Amino acid sequence: MVLTAGPSTEPLIEVRHVCTRFGSAIVHDDVSLDVYRGEVFSIAGGNGCGKSTLLREIILLQQPNSGTIKVFGRNIKEMSEGEARLLHRRCGVMFQHGALFSSLTVAENVAAPLREHTSLSRDLIREIAGVKIALTGFPMESANKYPDELSGGMRKRAALARAIALDPEILFLDEPTSGLDPISAGGFDELVQKLKEWLGLTMVIVTHDLDSLWRVADRVVLLGQGRVLGTGTMEELSRSEDPLLREYFHGPRGRAAREQAWNPK
Amino acid sequence: MTANMQKDLTNHNQATIRIGEEETIFYEGNWTIQELSDLEHKLRTFSWPKRDTLVCDGSRITAMDTGGAVFLHLHLAAIQQEGQRVVWRGLRPEFEALLKLISLNYVQLKSTTPSVARNWLDQIGRASWIRLQNAIRALGFLGESASGLFRAVFAPRSLRWRILFNNLEVDGFNALPIIGLLSFLMGIVIAYQGAEQLKTFGANIYIVDLVGISMLREIAPLVTAILVAGRSGSAYTAQIGTMKVTEELDAVRTLGISPMQLLVLPKVLVLTIALPLLTVYADVVGVFGGMLIASAQLDISFTEFIARFEYAIVLKHYIIGLIKAPVFAIIIALVGCYQGFQIHGGVDSVGRHTTISVVQSIFLVIVFDSLFSIFLNWWGI
Repeated sequence: MVLTAGPSTEPLIEVRHVCTRFGSAIVHDDVSLDVYRGEVFSIAGGNGCGKSTLLREIILLQQPNSGTIKVFGRNIKEMSEGEARLLHRRCGVMFQHGALFSSLTVAENVAAPLREHTSLSRDLIREIAGVKIALTGFPMESANKYPDELSGGMRKRAALARAIALDPEILFLDEPTSGLDPISAGGFDELVQKLKEWLGLTMVIVTHDLDSLWRVADRVVLLGQGRVLGTGTMEELSRSEDPLLREYFHGPRGRAAREQAWNPK
Repeated sequence: MTANMQKDLTNHNQATIRIGEEETIFYEGNWTIQELSDLEHKLRTFSWPKRDTLVCDGSRITAMDTGGAVFLHLHLAAIQQEGQRVVWRGLRPEFEALLKLISLNYVQLKSTTPSVARNWLDQIGRASWIRLQNAIRALGFLGESASGLFRAVFAPRSLRWRILFNNLEVDGFNALPIIGLLSFLMGIVIAYQGAEQLKTFGANIYIVDLVGISMLREIAPLVTAILVAGRSGSAYTAQIGTMKVTEELDAVRTLGISPMQLLVLPKVLVLTIALPLLTVYADVVGVFGGMLIASAQLDISFTEFIARFEYAIVLKHYIIGLIKAPVFAIIIALVGCYQGFQIHGGVDSVGRHTTISVVQSIFLVIVFDSLFSIFLNWWGI
């Protein structure tokens, strides 16, 4: 039972000295970080700096070359198949392009994890799926549509509904606002904040959207050149003197995003 | 503030409902989706105290997630519909907040509209309409590719030679082992079956006629075509379909390149070149298989076999087999590409049309083969 509102001191995810190579290309060279319960943690950085790779490693889709990753205090390398299944049940993942099952309607997509992992009746599963879809602000009248009939923004919401279907403890979002117009992206950021407030989720968000970083992230890790350039709140990172950090946060786009975050509508 | 529970999934504590003293209803356990299924079954036969106001005690609910809250919400709504009032006691504030959140956001999903039962006339009408549209589309495709081919003949520069040779290797050369093995086995099978029969008549030497004619005229072109349909036809459909799904086809169009020229023509040409060559190869290997069995079972030496072969097998059988091959090639390539262009939407469509492509091209190959037999028979060839 966790009743504290803010981030607790219990790390849910511990990444230690992770190194990843694809052939001769070094993606991660000694990356370490912690994610605490109840926080919105963002993995930021430029294109190709290994953000998504790191996320894939945490959710067991890929293996790092060396280093350890612990999720819920368990080393994922030593997990049995059953434990891995349990881990996947406790984590929700929203992929960058939604990855909705194209042969199922949105409602069936959201119901799929519930069908797979519980033995509830079809009716109750439908009801739960309906509420999840409503929580993400997905238009209900489109719930029986197939993914290829949806716009990009709707697909993201549907993917989010599927990711929270099982009430995960950790929600991973891979580039949730990429490909969305500024208004939809802002709406998505609000949704993320609401979900955190309502469901008390711990979130790991991979993004390079500076607006989103200012608005939703409690803590940010900035990756670059295969290593951790900095960890902390956006405030702390933007005050840093490190030239690489300054370049990232004080470019024209970085400044605009910051000003907007300071003068909310 | 936060209502999500740290779910200790190894510690099972099922959600239950129990009627205690003074008809208070006690809600207990973990109200999480993992722990609900038993309760869901039991609740159907649960009898409620008949009172105007039900006192519900929630102090023993140890955990609740949104799934549990949805269930509780539905359950309370059912009670209230009976006209009974519900008063909560001891429900933790965070659970109450979650319950409130759910009741605010509760929307029932409209069930998918069940397909209206149609009468048989309607069904026939719809089915024929779809068939007719398909036929028209297929005809359009045939015309488009024919005109493309025609233009390519007069402007050979527009052909993509590199793609052509590349495809020739993949669809022709790389198919040699499997086609060789299969026609070799077919030759053996035919010779074996024939040998048994011919032995009883003492007509051993006719094994050469049997193997030669059936191999050259029918089996080799047919086996080759069927294998190529499975190997290359399906690949064409999947390739074009995936390109369509990933919008690559649109990109090709916007570059001013016609997909017909880039994708269809090279494939049609490649198969028209490769299939006759593969058929010749299958002829040789198949007859060789028959020859082996003839010498093993019927004591016909290789030289005897070849001498008889030269005498008995008229050239026309070989030519007829070779004429069929390009016809089959065009069928396979066009069906494969056409089905690829028919793919739309998602990934499952790729699988469905690939299946259709293989089935349809093998079907058409066999139909055309029998048409050949009928017409050649009429003309007495």
